[in-house]
Amino acid sequence: MADDKDVLRDVWFGRIPTCFTLNPDEVTEREAEPYYLLLPRVSYLPLVTDKVKKHFLKVMRTEDVEEMWFEHEGTPLKWHYPIGVLFDFHASNTVLPWSITVHFKNFPDVDLLHCPTNSMVEAHFMSSIKEADALKHKSQVVNDMQKKDHKQLWMGLQNDKFDQFWAMNRKLMEYPTEEGGFRYIPFRIYQTTNDRPFIQRLFRPVSTEGNPHTLFDLLKEMCPDALTKDGEENRFQVVIHGIEPLLETPLQWLSEHLSHPDNFLHICIIPAPTD
Amino acid sequence: MPVSLLWAVDVHGRVYSLSSAGQQWELGRDAPMEFKRVTAAQQCCWSLGCDSSIYLNVFASDLPVRYKVETYENQRWNPVDGFSERLLPSDRWQWSDVTGLQHQPLHSFQLPSSSWEWEGDWYVDENFEGEPTEKEGWTYSIDFPSTYTKDKKWNSCVRRRRWIRYRRYKAMDTWAKIPSQPMSLPDPFSDISCGGWEISEEPGGRLSLWVVSLQGKVWFREGICHHNPEGSSWEEVPLPGEVVQISCGPGDLVWAVLWEGKLIVREGITRDCPRGLSWAVVECPSPEVGAIHVSVGNGVVWAVTKDNKVWFRRGVNSHNPCGSGWISMVGEMIMISVGLHDQVWAIGCEDRAVYFRQGVTSSELSGKTWRAISAPRDGERPHSSASSQQSAGRFFSGEVQAQSVVSDADSDVEKGSADGAIFTTPEPSLGSPTEPPSNPAVDAPKARIPKVTSDSFISELVSDRDQGKPSKDVLSVTPAVLEEEVIPADGEEILLCAGEALLSTESRGGPQWSNVDLEEAQTGAVLDLAETCSLSSVTTFTLTVEDGAEEHPMWAWVSGEGCSVDSSSQLNWFSSSANTTSVTQSVQSMSLSISPAQTAAWRRQIFEQLSERSRREMDDFKHYEQAIEQSVWVKKGAMQWWRDWKPHKWIDVQFAFEQFSGPDGNKDGILFIYYNYNEEKKYLHAFINEVTILVPVLNDSKHTFAIYTDERTKQRWPIRVAAATELEMYDWLALLSVSCCESRGIQGPPSKQAIWSITCKGDIFVSEPSPALEAVPYPTPCDQMFWRQVGGHLRMVECNSAGIVWGIGYDHTAWVYTGGYGGGFFQGLASSTDNIYTQTDVKSVYIYENQRWNPVSGYTSRGLPTDRYMWSNASGLRECTKTGTRPPSPHWTWISDWAVDYSVSGSTDREGWQYAADFPASFHGYKTMKDFVRRRRWARKCKLTTTGPWQEIPPIPLIDVTVLPCGAQSSVDTFPLWAISSKGDVLCRLGVSAQTPAGSSWLHVGTDQPFKSISIGAAGQVWAIARDGSAFHRGSVSPQNPAGDCWYHIPSPAKQKLKQVSVGRTSICAVDENGNLWYRQGVTPSYPQGSSWDHVSNNVRKVSMGPLDQIWIIADKVQGSQSLSCGTVCHRLGVQPIEPKGQQWDYGIGGGWDHITVRGNAMEPPRIGLLSQKDTAPPTSSSPLPVGIAEPNGTAVYS
Repeated sequence: MADDKDVLRDVWFGRIPTCFTLNPDEVTEREAEPYYLLLPRVSYLPLVTDKVKKHFLKVMRTEDVEEMWFEHEGTPLKWHYPIGVLFDFHASNTVLPWSITVHFKNFPDVDLLHCPTNSMVEAHFMSSIKEADALKHKSQVVNDMQKKDHKQLWMGLQNDKFDQFWAMNRKLMEYPTEEGGFRYIPFRIYQTTNDRPFIQRLFRPVSTEGNPHTLFDLLKEMCPDALTKDGEENRFQVVIHGIEPLLETPLQWLSEHLSHPDNFLHICIIPAPTD
Repeated sequence: MPVSLLWAVDVHGRVYSLSSAGQQWELGRDAPMEFKRVTAAQQCCWSLGCDSSIYLNVFASDLPVRYKVETYENQRWNPVDGFSERLLPSDRWQWSDVTGLQHQPLHSFQLPSSSWEWEGDWYVDENFEGEPTEKEGWTYSIDFPSTYTKDKKWNSCVRRRRWIRYRRYKAMDTWAKIPSQPMSLPDPFSDISCGGWEISEEPGGRLSLWVVSLQGKVWFREGICHHNPEGSSWEEVPLPGEVVQISCGPGDLVWAVLWEGKLIVREGITRDCPRGLSWAVVECPSPEVGAIHVSVGNGVVWAVTKDNKVWFRRGVNSHNPCGSGWISMVGEMIMISVGLHDQVWAIGCEDRAVYFRQGVTSSELSGKTWRAISAPRDGERPHSSASSQQSAGRFFSGEVQAQSVVSDADSDVEKGSADGAIFTTPEPSLGSPTEPPSNPAVDAPKARIPKVTSDSFISELVSDRDQGKPSKDVLSVTPAVLEEEVIPADGEEILLCAGEALLSTESRGGPQWSNVDLEEAQTGAVLDLAETCSLSSVTTFTLTVEDGAEEHPMWAWVSGEGCSVDSSSQLNWFSSSANTTSVTQSVQSMSLSISPAQTAAWRRQIFEQLSERSRREMDDFKHYEQAIEQSVWVKKGAMQWWRDWKPHKWIDVQFAFEQFSGPDGNKDGILFIYYNYNEEKKYLHAFINEVTILVPVLNDSKHTFAIYTDERTKQRWPIRVAAATELEMYDWLALLSVSCCESRGIQGPPSKQAIWSITCKGDIFVSEPSPALEAVPYPTPCDQMFWRQVGGHLRMVECNSAGIVWGIGYDHTAWVYTGGYGGGFFQGLASSTDNIYTQTDVKSVYIYENQRWNPVSGYTSRGLPTDRYMWSNASGLRECTKTGTRPPSPHWTWISDWAVDYSVSGSTDREGWQYAADFPASFHGYKTMKDFVRRRRWARKCKLTTTGPWQEIPPIPLIDVTVLPCGAQSSVDTFPLWAISSKGDVLCRLGVSAQTPAGSSWLHVGTDQPFKSISIGAAGQVWAIARDGSAFHRGSVSPQNPAGDCWYHIPSPAKQKLKQVSVGRTSICAVDENGNLWYRQGVTPSYPQGSSWDHVSNNVRKVSMGPLDQIWIIADKVQGSQSLSCGTVCHRLGVQPIEPKGQQWDYGIGGGWDHITVRGNAMEPPRIGLLSQKDTAPPTSSSPLPVGIAEPNGTAVYS
């Protein structure tokens, strides 16, 4: 049987084949070819789209270029969500490659945050890690790290260095064995049926009786509507990293193995495809 | 931790035991009668029957309790009869003891009690001081008493021979009555307590047993030891008063309770005087209500007063057995039992349940909370029927009434805790008496909306549930416990009460969550709710009482003295989850996980879906460009480096590691050390794929590790670097180890062929042999072998090519390899997630106290100016004081105090002193006129806790182990595995196979003297070395007869005492105490004993023979570039069938290696050139056998 740490690798090295096409409304000097790329699921759009930008700038005049943003079937894509989450949430049941439209004009200020440089991404990423550790260890682990350790986490993500990242990240995944898990599980649940961007509340990995909480327990607590009632068709899919774990999966295990590099467990609840 | 038992007696006198790994109380069915009290050690349990006699139950073990009796037959020569039994009148008895003073005919030996049986008949001993004698076993001399020789000479006038017979204790696993002695005791016994096994170093078995009689007298059982478990006689101990109860800890603490409620403490208990010398009186905790019960551990005393209050004694240790003050504890108990590791059990005053004290650690001996043990009893259904509930409810109705009155009266949560439900409140730390929480709580069922504020919430929660949910589920027998978590000191977030019901939660469709709004959590308080399903038992207290009382076990006595658990143990005693089938039971973590969960459906699903995902999302798109280009990764740090040139010293350097992807896709890297030399910047570098081993060298001052390449192995001069902190060192080591393995394409667990070795620090290294390692004439050089570390701590390791690996720790614990890798400092990625377990080891640190005699004051610690330090190490060169000596590395922690060590070679006097004319000289254990100096050794135990792919094989401690080496294509399924216990018994393990490498049980193989080394060859040839240095060969070992039939005595090489033996396919090598390596000549299938010992080499510490008859050793005094290196791995070159002794040594990794085993490497080398070009395929089973040393018959079966 494969080892648990293979899961970490599989999660890290998840790639989404993507086809970038330029928005036809953009003014170009000649026709822009679509650009094909394998996007890391755990990364963020601004970190992996330098090549895309370069590719399309070749056909554009500098004065027509404003901040680049992305859109999928009319929905602007939030750069501060991990790419895998964006895909699972917006496009999981569409045909591959994932088709993303690239815009250089009309930045949708209402929907998206501006991202002038990658240091914005870094700040966002590090604050997520810190928030997650506040939940997991009262911030003790992340505060014990040095500046260079933080940098190692970020550089690991930015350069797609699994070993570099996990050499540090494993410290964030430790917990006292006698407690059976983290203090709280850092998670975010994304729902299509909800106006709020996501659900994030306090939830412990182990019940007061000492039994491990499962994914079922979490969903029951946070969004009971997502669960399938007896004798009912599956209305929703619960997707993490493009897969649907069984609801009996222990939450602590999920948090350790299927969290994104920002240390949050991102769970997408999307309508089940109707054939 | 091995499985051990908690013992208890219920109010009907039935004895139950609860295994530390079990979930239910097992009834002791063969008890001859009801018992009043029990007191357990790890190897036996004593009890006090209702007939007031003492019973002993010795637990069955694979090691029998046997005792050798011997007597001498003496004869004198006369011209008429030759040697005859007619002796001179001045001579000794015809049958006598060894001194000749005691008349001892064979028939005078009687079995001590009906619990013993004779193992066989008398026989003559034919082994005389390691040499075999003539058939009759006679030894000769000129006259009695004199020195004897085994050869008859012209002047031999007397002769004698030794007769031996063994008796065996047969009453294992049954309650055997201790026969009352002829001078029968005046009155019946009323209390019993055993302990004291830690006051001497003697291997397990010695016990102190104290009993109290009804008249208040105290008796001590003399002479209990391993081979005499029953002891020999009762000795009365004088007393200052009348004792009602006594308690003896595992060490030297003995406390007793006097009739009037005072406590007395035994003083002067030592190794030589386990009974102690005198009593000291200690006032009881509260003068108006005296003590009624006391229980002591290693360094703690707990007492119960007549009002059932519990007290903890502060400051108790063996220097101050009386302690310093009492602290009042929470809870009302009738008795308390302190067990191993100072863990505490008690019996509740009201509910008569057995409670376990949670959170007792060496730093917090008083623990945190009481938790009721709620395991069901043997043969009992865990759930009660409705009718029994009702009847039990009626039975207890009187108590319920009384209880509610009490709780009305003072609204005390503690009081309200009685009967079924207990509130455990956070206890204040040591030093301040517990104040009962003052919240009026228990019966205030008004408010329905929970407020997240205080204790009152608990009751509201309870009453809320009560009204919302009528009792409908079947209830468990367990009392409910409401538990409050401690409020964190930083006040960041306040945890609140958690309603915890110790109930079974099975038989439900899914948990039903309480609908208390979790949005409250954002205000800074978090509420953890229990599931309300079947929480109906936490209804009102009246109801709970009824529920709790139904067939509630009423306990009278509990004994945890033999129960080895500690605060980190996983215990299954607290919920009746025996029949819970939920898969969510498993607890996972990155470093530790439970194997059954590995196969859980949810995990399989994730693995399958992830690979399905990569097929779906990536397989068809491999031609797409990657978004992020791979680049070089650099890690840097400041370090110190032991510089290469003289004078050697630590200098500050920049240490950098660059990792990149090599051309073949393997990751590779370079290490740089940037240093300054005469103001000039220079650097030293090493390629990661050339590094052969990384060795952590942790000592108490520096966190260093050594980096070897093959070149540096040759020079015996590694790159030594030191990190600023231990953590940093392990970060580097883990990273570099992973990189080294990656660059060589090595991953996962070691192969079955792997060569294992161990350093003097107990670190474990493993190397994958190349196919050419045993090639002739051009083998892979030994210094090019790559070694990687495996977690754990061992003193020796043995393996075979079926992947069976056993290790033995410094504390003689046996461990079996689990198939994992990593552990120790290899966290996360470099470690397998399953098969890694906690491993502990214990060893002693020794220092010497030296004294010189002077005419005025005798021996004093004032030496001559030229003398060694008065407190020193063994050589006397280094000062080692009691306070200044630290554990060997930060991983070790002291677990005992300094104590005189009497087990020094050369014996000691009663105070542990050894005498000599001067330092340094050979010391002896008695004082003579010429002795002007003396020394004694002090020992202190330290303990290490780590993790690794090892699982303990309790309970017998071992000193040596060997497993049958077999060919690469072996068809054997169970492998003979032999071992030697720390007492020197030879053992044969049954049921060892590749699937169950731990085997099932031990078979004891009798010997006439203790053994110290053993080895089994590929054909099942078993060779062993006895303590006297002679060798033995075991005859007729076969798969049908795995233990063989008899020992053949093989004399050792002239004037040498052998210490270790190793048997390969056909070759046998042994090492003697002077470091010589010997090869056994003339071994043939028809004469497996061989003819003589042939000298091979000197400066050898240990030898390991492999299944190809390859010879590997640990050698001393190997020349390096700077100095001689001790403990070096060496490989014998040129070993061939025609030249089994080989030609010369090839030197490998060294400098502190202690052990190696090559017995897994059965890979035949590819044959090259010399024979013919066609013959390049590796020879398999048809390989030619050595000329004249054809394989013994058994081979066909084994390989």
